Amino acid sequence: MSVSADPVAPTAQFRRLHPLTPLLRGWKVFAAAVAIAAQQLYGDIDAGWLLLGILASIPVALLYGYLSWRFTHYLIDGEDLRLETGVLFRRSRRVRLDRLQAVDVVRPLIARALGLAELRLEVAGGSSSEAPLAYLSEPAAQALRAELLARAAGLSSDTPEAPEAVLVTVPLDRLIRSQLLTVGVILTAAVLVIVLGLAVVLREWSLLGLAAPLALALGPGVVGPIIAHFDFTVAESPDGLRLRHGLLETRAQTVPPGRVQAVRIVEPLLWRSRGWCRIEVNVAGYGGEGQSQTSVLLPVAPRAEAFAVLRRVLPDVDVAGIALYGVPRQARVCDPFAWRFQAAGSDDKVFVARRGRLRRETDVVSHERVQSARLTQGPLQRRLGLASLHLDTTPGPVRVSAAHRDAREARRILDAEVEQARRARSAARPERWMSLPGASPPPNVTG
Amino acid sequence: MTESPGEPFAPAGAPWVRVSPRLATLRRLLLATIGGLVVLVATALFALVAWWLGLLVFLAGLVSIGWGWVVVGRAVRSWGYAEREEDLLVTRGILFRQLVVVPYGRMQFVDVTAGPLDRRFGLATVQLHTAAAATDAQIPGLVPTEAARLRDRLAARGEASSAGL
Repeated sequence: MSVSADPVAPTAQFRRLHPLTPLLRGWKVFAAAVAIAAQQLYGDIDAGWLLLGILASIPVALLYGYLSWRFTHYLIDGEDLRLETGVLFRRSRRVRLDRLQAVDVVRPLIARALGLAELRLEVAGGSSSEAPLAYLSEPAAQALRAELLARAAGLSSDTPEAPEAVLVTVPLDRLIRSQLLTVGVILTAAVLVIVLGLAVVLREWSLLGLAAPLALALGPGVVGPIIAHFDFTVAESPDGLRLRHGLLETRAQTVPPGRVQAVRIVEPLLWRSRGWCRIEVNVAGYGGEGQSQTSVLLPVAPRAEAFAVLRRVLPDVDVAGIALYGVPRQARVCDPFAWRFQAAGSDDKVFVARRGRLRRETDVVSHERVQSARLTQGPLQRRLGLASLHLDTTPGPVRVSAAHRDAREARRILDAEVEQARRARSAARPERWMSLPGASPPPNVTG
Repeated sequence: MTESPGEPFAPAGAPWVRVSPRLATLRRLLLATIGGLVVLVATALFALVAWWLGLLVFLAGLVSIGWGWVVVGRAVRSWGYAEREEDLLVTRGILFRQLVVVPYGRMQFVDVTAGPLDRRFGLATVQLHTAAAATDAQIPGLVPTEAARLRDRLAARGEASSAGL
């Protein structure tokens, strides 16, 4: 491909973002101006001047939005996505598509109203999305996602979007009940009832002032997850798992096969009588900020459903069927409350560690995905002949560790794990998941 | 440290390569500098505030620096690394012991760093990075030539056995 003298000059092949982007981008500047003005209202600045300031921010916001739109171009160039951004400080970035870890289509509320969407490419490393394309029209975002995934898979770019089959949906009433069934919520609600009761009995209405912040404190913890995980759908396609969720801001995530680095099954105390659990995952690129939104594979589901999804993430693995071994009795000194619930085991594909008496957590990592293995021993553990084993994976909510095991056994597990990881790596499937050695070759394979 | 075959923190297949004892000298020098400051503070307290406070600070400083002097030697001797066929082992710590196994194929990059004091003492630190932030594999107190050799060797081996994430 010929590149003109100016490395960031737009050429014919470059594509632009949607022309409504300046409005949405500029909106943020305008909102910031309003927020600053609102804070100044309490000062002694004349309200007329403030209004003038807000009005003046509108053209500035629009100009900023226009310029940043004008100078943003993207292009799929063979194996790479090229992205040119920046008004004053120009940046030209290439993202290798075979290194693609996930593709998200995010639609904030205002963008939805305008029929726009943001496309986020996630690659390993970096705390936020490496190549956000904000904003595209919804059909353009869909088409681009299909094209990126096809190229990342090693297929021709005009491969149509892969068909999908819905695996699980989370009904709203279960989502709401799951968020209410937490110890924090129930304790807060109990305190709230007591305060209200006291207020009524003692006719001390000032106590109501105490109740208000309590009720407000419940808000973010309960309502936040319900809004974020509203209408949660897990679907499967040859491109990987598709997650769709959100009430105000909707998010459609695509995680290609083999991109899930580690899995955690969480069973909080109050969910267990209903047999519910949550699945969290480590995906390289999802780490860092916003990971509580992106790293949930399934917010709440009965065990059977959850394990059905788990089998799609970890094919040929029966997590529930792996024999787990507990820790020796000495471990009660280090962990008096839950030592009986510490257990770990492995088969030829994965390593599993379980812990927790009240909130039970089960970590699963496939041998292939272990980045490094560690053995640690504190002074107390040393006296008791214990050691803890840690298997490190890419950043995320899941940290695989088996604490307080017999020191010699821990070392044996470590050595076995290192050996199994080595063998699994040498038999690993390629990053371009459609170019499997065993799979039938697709009609047009690029590269 | 004993290294009997059943010892959970012993390397398998290769002996530990220990780091340079000059690292202990360097850390003792730092301790001595802190000791000098303690003496200054103690003297000031002795002369200006109260004699017993100065004495107290002096004795406390003496005890903790003396203890540090002894521990530094053992701490530096506890560091060790071993290059195996497929992975690098790093161990360290007396009170809190740690053993890290990093497969060469998992290495993303290798750093060699040396501060001004390190350079004065002819020392350097090699640090390995994988895609996991939790991987804690650094080896301080290496002779610069050994650090450079280790870096190049690790990089070469990483390339030979590299894998995706």
